[in-house]
Amino acid sequence: MEQQLQQLKEEALKKIQDASDVKELNDVRVAYLGKKGPITDLLKGMGKLPAEERPKMGALVNVVRETVTEALESRMTLLEEAAIQAQLENESIDVTLPGRPAPAGNHHPLTRVVEEIEDFFISMGYEIAEGPEVEKDYYNFEALNLPKGHPARDMQDSFYISEDILLRTHTSPVQARTMEAKKGEAIKIICPGKVYRRDNDDATHSHQFTQIEGLVVGENIRMSDLKGTLDLFAKKMFGADREIRLRPSFFPFTEPSVEMDISCFKCGGAGCNVCKKTGWIEILGAGMVHPNVLKMAGYDPSVVTGFAFGMGPERIAMLKYGVEDIRHFYTNDIRFISQFNRTEA
Amino acid sequence: MLVSTKWLSKYVNINGIAPADLAERITRAGIEVDSIINRSQGMTNVVVGHVKECVKHPEADKLNICQVDVGEETTQIICGAPNVAQGQKVIVARPGAVLPGGVKIKKAKLRGEESNGMICSLQELGIEGKLVPKAYAEGIYVLPKDALPGEDALPLLGLDDTVLEFDLTPNRSDALSMLGVAYEVGAILSQGIALPDINYDQASEKAEDLLKLRVEATHDNPMYVAKVVKNVTISESPLWLQNYLMAAGVRPHNNVVDITNFVLMEYGQPLHAFDYDRLETGEIVVRHAEEGEKIVTLDDAERTLRSHNLVITNGKEPVALAGVMGGANSEVHDGTTTVVIESAYFAPASVRQTSKEVGLRSDASARFEKGVDPNRVQEAAERAAQLIAELAGGAVLAGSVVFDELEKTPERIVISPDYINSRLGMKISMDEMMTILKRLQIPTDAVNGQLVIDAPTRRQDLKIKEDIIEEIARMHGYDEIPKTLPVTESVPGGLTPYQAKRRVVRDFLEGAGLYQAITYSLTSKEQSQAFALETAETTDLLMPMSEERSTLRQSLIPHLLEALTYNVARRMDSVALYETGSVFLGMEEDGLPKEVEHLAVAMTGQWVDHAWQGESKNVDFFVLKGIVEGLMNRLGFSDRLTFEKAAIAGMHPGRTADILLDGNRVGLIGQLHPSEMKKRDLKETYVMEINLADVLKAETAELIYKPVPRFPSMTRDIALVVSKETTAGKLEHIIRDAGGKLLKDVKLFDLYEGKNVEEGKKSIAFSLTYFDPERTLTDEEVVKAHDKVLTALTTQADAQLRG
Ligand SMILES: [Zn+2]
Repeated sequence: MEQQLQQLKEEALKKIQDASDVKELNDVRVAYLGKKGPITDLLKGMGKLPAEERPKMGALVNVVRETVTEALESRMTLLEEAAIQAQLENESIDVTLPGRPAPAGNHHPLTRVVEEIEDFFISMGYEIAEGPEVEKDYYNFEALNLPKGHPARDMQDSFYISEDILLRTHTSPVQARTMEAKKGEAIKIICPGKVYRRDNDDATHSHQFTQIEGLVVGENIRMSDLKGTLDLFAKKMFGADREIRLRPSFFPFTEPSVEMDISCFKCGGAGCNVCKKTGWIEILGAGMVHPNVLKMAGYDPSVVTGFAFGMGPERIAMLKYGVEDIRHFYTNDIRFISQFNRTEA
Repeated sequence: MLVSTKWLSKYVNINGIAPADLAERITRAGIEVDSIINRSQGMTNVVVGHVKECVKHPEADKLNICQVDVGEETTQIICGAPNVAQGQKVIVARPGAVLPGGVKIKKAKLRGEESNGMICSLQELGIEGKLVPKAYAEGIYVLPKDALPGEDALPLLGLDDTVLEFDLTPNRSDALSMLGVAYEVGAILSQGIALPDINYDQASEKAEDLLKLRVEATHDNPMYVAKVVKNVTISESPLWLQNYLMAAGVRPHNNVVDITNFVLMEYGQPLHAFDYDRLETGEIVVRHAEEGEKIVTLDDAERTLRSHNLVITNGKEPVALAGVMGGANSEVHDGTTTVVIESAYFAPASVRQTSKEVGLRSDASARFEKGVDPNRVQEAAERAAQLIAELAGGAVLAGSVVFDELEKTPERIVISPDYINSRLGMKISMDEMMTILKRLQIPTDAVNGQLVIDAPTRRQDLKIKEDIIEEIARMHGYDEIPKTLPVTESVPGGLTPYQAKRRVVRDFLEGAGLYQAITYSLTSKEQSQAFALETAETTDLLMPMSEERSTLRQSLIPHLLEALTYNVARRMDSVALYETGSVFLGMEEDGLPKEVEHLAVAMTGQWVDHAWQGESKNVDFFVLKGIVEGLMNRLGFSDRLTFEKAAIAGMHPGRTADILLDGNRVGLIGQLHPSEMKKRDLKETYVMEINLADVLKAETAELIYKPVPRFPSMTRDIALVVSKETTAGKLEHIIRDAGGKLLKDVKLFDLYEGKNVEEGKKSIAFSLTYFDPERTLTDEEVVKAHDKVLTALTTQADAQLRG
């Protein structure tokens, strides 16, 4: 019996060693350690042994069983690892294959510029005001100190619908409407929108374009406030190193009127093709709200003052992104628009 | 305005200031210098020559062989100009000379004859053809007899000059004259200016003995001055005068006309010269034209006048269109001996209207339109008389013939230094303000701490306090203004809910894969109402620039489709665009059209393009519908949206639907009609448009969290065979109605027609989810609810249950 046991052990250990996968090994386990296996049989047969031999044989059987179990387990670990390894190798992929494209769309570059400007001024406590694109002559011109026959109306050739109705030539009528509606209260607004002028479309002109204007009205609003506001804006929009300068100019609805240049963001002021060798780039027009404009909207210009500014998102986008032809903004070529997908922040 | 620095230096000392520096200082002070033009353009070796001999070239008809004294030698030059002649003083470019445009002059042989240089026209020296006097327009320029052979020709021709081109804003009409520019530059440089010294001998005969004047239109012509000069000799102007005019962009004609143009440029006061004899009547009457009256102007065009046009007449017929252009019938000509000089104030609005109507903008009208200086009308006439006496040898008759009702008092502005400083946000002393105003030659007194200013009439732009603030600020320098921020009641800035939701719409659509387009609002009549959700009277331009852009759109779809066609034509076959923008409908009570913000989408080509893993899908109705549903979910309308099949012009009749929100139509969606696709060179294309304003303004329920389910739900699938015509929407509706409150979700998961399904029928399968938030459902409860659903489907939709 002892010999039989030894033989059984040798046989089992060999089969364990020979098992080449988990399934085969499990078969071995069932064959030797299972309820119907030889070791169980041996244990069952112990009853026939003399009582004094039983403890010795029992111990012996247990040793064999433990040896076989241990061998089984260590072989099992080995085979399982090998199986995982094989599976992983099998699942290996070419990581350079293209991914499934995620849906991608983006803002039109003009919206991108407009929202960037809006967001800056919102952070400064401004609200966004909008108004109609078809306007009354009164709001587009007269309320802005441009009476009928005023020579400055030539600066803006207009599309008229009737004698008194036209496509707005700037977003300033929104300012006039807001002032009228606020009835003397303080105002801090930004007015973005489409505007229209009688121009033939070419590389630098478009009969439809975008404007964004700002207006602050309140007691004791000073020209220095305008300058400080524009300085912060220029730094936010074009880089912390930007300097601004104001040059006298003329707009019928502001007095004094200025134009704002920023130091060239390409060359830093040394002179290049973007700034036409001057080191400065003209960005916007601004000024202190003309007393006539305040008066017409029901404000008392001796008590209340204000400043206004306005700029063209097309021009800003052209400068910022190096776009050479304004018509790109309106042809909606997907190869153009999709370039403005990436973030700049 | 072209400002010759050579001319300017007659009035103000700008010696030693480089033109570029001067331009920069002028720009910073308020008048933008657009460009700096160096008139010599780097020319050298251009001298005066004396044509000693001129004979025809034996071998060439059109060439002349000239022997030219160029100072250091007499040399042979071949010249092809028709007007070259012996005895002339001419401009010679010597061998080695470089002319504008990079032309290099070398010794050459022309048809066997040596040529040592070139006799030049003014065009060859870089002067625009339209400025060259007519006599020399087709040939070489002939210099005055007293020019010295060998002398440098550039200073003689005034080409050793730099011209500043001003881009004037409408308010600074004072700088439309050399004297106005001199005042400005003098102020910038803190210098005085030298005004012309006017004095001349008067004849004993009086102007008013020869000429009668009657002004009938006194409102449009409040001041008229006429001077009469006898015995003039019309000839070419002296070179200096021609040079100044050409530098200023004016073509020289003859001495009298040139003098009127010179004074116009010098004073900004337009003048006109009449031939006294050709006036015939010895009378000038200023009146409004008769309706339909005609005049032939100096440019030989016949113009029909209207009753508000102001004309100068000889008492019978118009001889000039006041302030705009003279008439051909009274023009000064070579034989003129007696000249009438007109200097007048014509009302800006009148000149502006007339010049616009007849389509004539002249140097004169440009100045009258802005309002000339009332205090220089007489002076300019005197200046012209002086120059005619000097340069045309005339005798100026005593006095002037004058009508004058013009207000000439300066505007008085009283302003305190505190007011100025409080508006600028800085501290400038009263002394400095006085100094600045003095530099600008604006008469100012300090009275009780106030500045009392008499704004000179040459500065029509100075009317109110703010105008003075600007003068102080621009001369003090805008760089000196500090940077501060407004101190106002702080209110939180931000977007309105509408604006915020519009941004959500954009972000959602872009996240879904659409690019934002911006198209034109103006469109053609033909396209304006195509695809419109709602049509109304169109909003048309009075004077469109083209038919293509003649009216405002009532739908965004046509221009989006144009953008699709544009892309597809450039081999971008898959395009998905959206746009938000206004459409313009009819007329509201206030006369403005109703502007409504819409959202539209147009898409064509592939939607999913991932072929190597077997995924690729073209755009179809359900791709677009899914985007609309997703967007509406995001906006909070998940259960309130329905789609109803619709027939819409230009759309596929079987694949088009109305979009309804709470049962109200807010949009359309569908495939473009094949004929429409063909017309636009597009393949299968889908579009949708919604009234974004209505959608964004619709009320939405407050967002309140529902507890996350704690009890399991149960699902039951149903497979049905129904008539092809029975819509999924109807079936879902029946299921939801019958399912009661335990039925939480219905999802269509299979749809099949064809083999194994009876003709005219389709197989359709739904997965139903039952759930009670309070407890675990029992089988019996689910079976009971589910049976109701099955019964409803069989009775209401004639559905057969499958397997
Ligand atoms: Zn630069």
